[in-house]
Amino acid sequence: MKTLIIKYGELALKKSNRGYFEKVLINNLKLNLTSFNEVDIRREHGRIFIEFDKYEFEEIIEKVNKVYGIVGFAKSIKIENSIDEMNEAAKNLVEEALTRKNYKTFKVVVNRANKAFKVKSPEIARLVGGYIYNAFEDLDVDVHNPDLIVKVEVRKQSYVYADEVKGLGGLPYGTGGKSMLLLSGGIDSPVAGWMMAKRGVVVEAVHYHTYPFTSKQSTEKVLKLAQIISNYTGEIKVHSINILEIYKTIQEKCPKKHFTIIGRRFMTMIAEKLAKQNGCISLITGENIAQVASQTMEGLNITNSSVSLPIFRPLIAFDKLDIIEIANKIDTYETSILPFEDCCTVFLPSRVEVRPNLDDVVKYEDVLDREKLINDALSTIKTYQITPETEIEF
Amino acid sequence: MEVYLDNSATTKVSEIVKNEINDILNNYYGNPSSIHDIGMKSEKKIRKARKTIAKYLGCKNEEIIFTSGGTESNNLAIIGYAIRNRKKGNHIITSKIEHKSVINSFEYLKTQGFDVTFLNVNQKGMIDLNELENKINENTILISLMHVNNEIGNINKINEIGDLIKKNNSNAVFHVDGVQAFGKYKINLRNIDMYSFSGHKIHSVKGVGGLYKKKSILIDSIHKGGQQESEIRPGTENLIGISAMGKAVEEIIEEYENNYKKVLELKESFTKYLNDNIEDCVINGAGVEETSPYVLSIALKNIYAEVLLHSLESKKVYISTGSACNSKSKKYSHVIEALNIDEELMKGTIRVSFSKYSTMSEIEYALKALKDSIDELRKIIIRSK
Repeated sequence: MKTLIIKYGELALKKSNRGYFEKVLINNLKLNLTSFNEVDIRREHGRIFIEFDKYEFEEIIEKVNKVYGIVGFAKSIKIENSIDEMNEAAKNLVEEALTRKNYKTFKVVVNRANKAFKVKSPEIARLVGGYIYNAFEDLDVDVHNPDLIVKVEVRKQSYVYADEVKGLGGLPYGTGGKSMLLLSGGIDSPVAGWMMAKRGVVVEAVHYHTYPFTSKQSTEKVLKLAQIISNYTGEIKVHSINILEIYKTIQEKCPKKHFTIIGRRFMTMIAEKLAKQNGCISLITGENIAQVASQTMEGLNITNSSVSLPIFRPLIAFDKLDIIEIANKIDTYETSILPFEDCCTVFLPSRVEVRPNLDDVVKYEDVLDREKLINDALSTIKTYQITPETEIEF
Repeated sequence: MEVYLDNSATTKVSEIVKNEINDILNNYYGNPSSIHDIGMKSEKKIRKARKTIAKYLGCKNEEIIFTSGGTESNNLAIIGYAIRNRKKGNHIITSKIEHKSVINSFEYLKTQGFDVTFLNVNQKGMIDLNELENKINENTILISLMHVNNEIGNINKINEIGDLIKKNNSNAVFHVDGVQAFGKYKINLRNIDMYSFSGHKIHSVKGVGGLYKKKSILIDSIHKGGQQESEIRPGTENLIGISAMGKAVEEIIEEYENNYKKVLELKESFTKYLNDNIEDCVINGAGVEETSPYVLSIALKNIYAEVLLHSLESKKVYISTGSACNSKSKKYSHVIEALNIDEELMKGTIRVSFSKYSTMSEIEYALKALKDSIDELRKIIIRSK
């Protein structure tokens, strides 16, 4: 029987909540593996065992690799309690491990929980170690600092595994509260959402467009980005809102240099309203200090002051290249760089106030009927439930 | 109301053609190359389509080669002829406002060592016949020019051009891309050696087209295979597509003169409305007399064509643009760019293209939507400047 042994280190720190975190994690694993019917998932000895026969390790690992809260995992083979079977299983695992990495030294670590098995731990280590040593010419034993550790666990049955792989890390999705992500078609906001989700935060998203000044493809692109994130989170809700009327009104009534910041405040205010309607207690943006002229500290402060919910900006101190690295890792980058713009040039003033003053901005904004503009924008809302399986089309 | 005015891109399938397709799907499954009666039955369908089209073009049946569409026909004619006949000469001529399937065939031949001339056009999109005459020399083996331009509607007087070509070099072969003219005019093949056409522009289906090739002209095939289409275009025939196209031609032969008159009226009232009601609006192309009534290219100042397209789309009016608006790069179609007009006008160039199904009430609805959209967008665009 193939078994994937899953470790979830940080959860152990959560003491009294541990049971809850474990339950959520197992549930998330089950959800992510729903397409595999014949998989047994159970918790045992502070780890999760995923057992299956019908599938390849790689197809299961691909899914497990997208579950937050897993520190590491190892491919293991479940066998009868017999030295011969241990030898054979260990040999196969080492052989496979060697295809991935050029290990030079190894040792065997044994955990004999089942004392009914009469061969004691040091003896098992010696026997299995000897077998491996003889099977692979270039592999030496090093009990102090081995490259590769082969583990044998003797329970009702035995598990043999080698070559632990790092998991995604983070905390089980759903254990960290719910937040509204301002999602654009750019590179940053999908990464910001993914990072918060990694800390267990349930992410819901709002997207703004200015159709017909932007095309339907730009909304479709955002839904595709949400879909990529949903590979990690499961179903994700995306609200799409047309803010053309707001932009038109700002353009008409406010000074050009404040256009961007006032627009930004409206997006934030709408997001907050939507957040409260949907049980979210914070906002998430992909903003980043000084990445664009409107994301100066002054600008961010003025945006903050438009709402009362906290705004989380996980990328605030990241360099662009580091953000791109994560975007590539989570697979959003290629979609983010598609050409469909979120905003038409007519709404991108050539000069933006870099050090705006809150009183000025509020003074200009006061000319506008905030309540009405926000409610009118909200009336254009379209909500999509996106899962990895959703067919995205209009 | 839904108003489809993008008929140069494609047209909707006519009822008669739909019935024909149904009939084929239900009753004809044989391979036209099979020699039993099930195959023969299919073969007869192909023969009938060929005959209909040959009759419409005024050529022999065997001078029609069926292909997968306009692009393939153009590729086959240009590349197939040039490669086969390069010992006769190395010089080929086309213009800067041809369809991409022609331009890129010429670009390809350039990489194969051919000497390629791309004729310029004036601001109205007309080639200069004197320039053409000057460029033809004894090495010129092929000239390819379109009958009707798909973006601005200009009509080339292909027979006069054919006469001119033959006068200057009787060995030079003249290919005409007729995709936008086929099924819309009486076509005269005098001094034309090859003529490309397509099915889906005349209410048939996508994926089928053809090439008229004068019998005496020899070309290389691009596809290699069996004996179909005189070995010039091997592969099992697209029975559904070919029959559908044949049917569409049958239908259109009866009515193209009336269609022409009707569409001309629509275009005239469209143009009149624009002149009377829309400021800073220029009609691209050669003028009413020398453009196809099916195509109308409109350049609007202070408009981004793509935004206008989406605005009209939200009102269920469907057109196309001569430029892709993208805040990072500004891309204009090669045809609009070749006109060398003011960039402000290029940005705001749209194309309205009619079909026999277009009606006056649709046009009225579309014009109202167009005026509203232009007024609305211009307010925002002018303010942003």
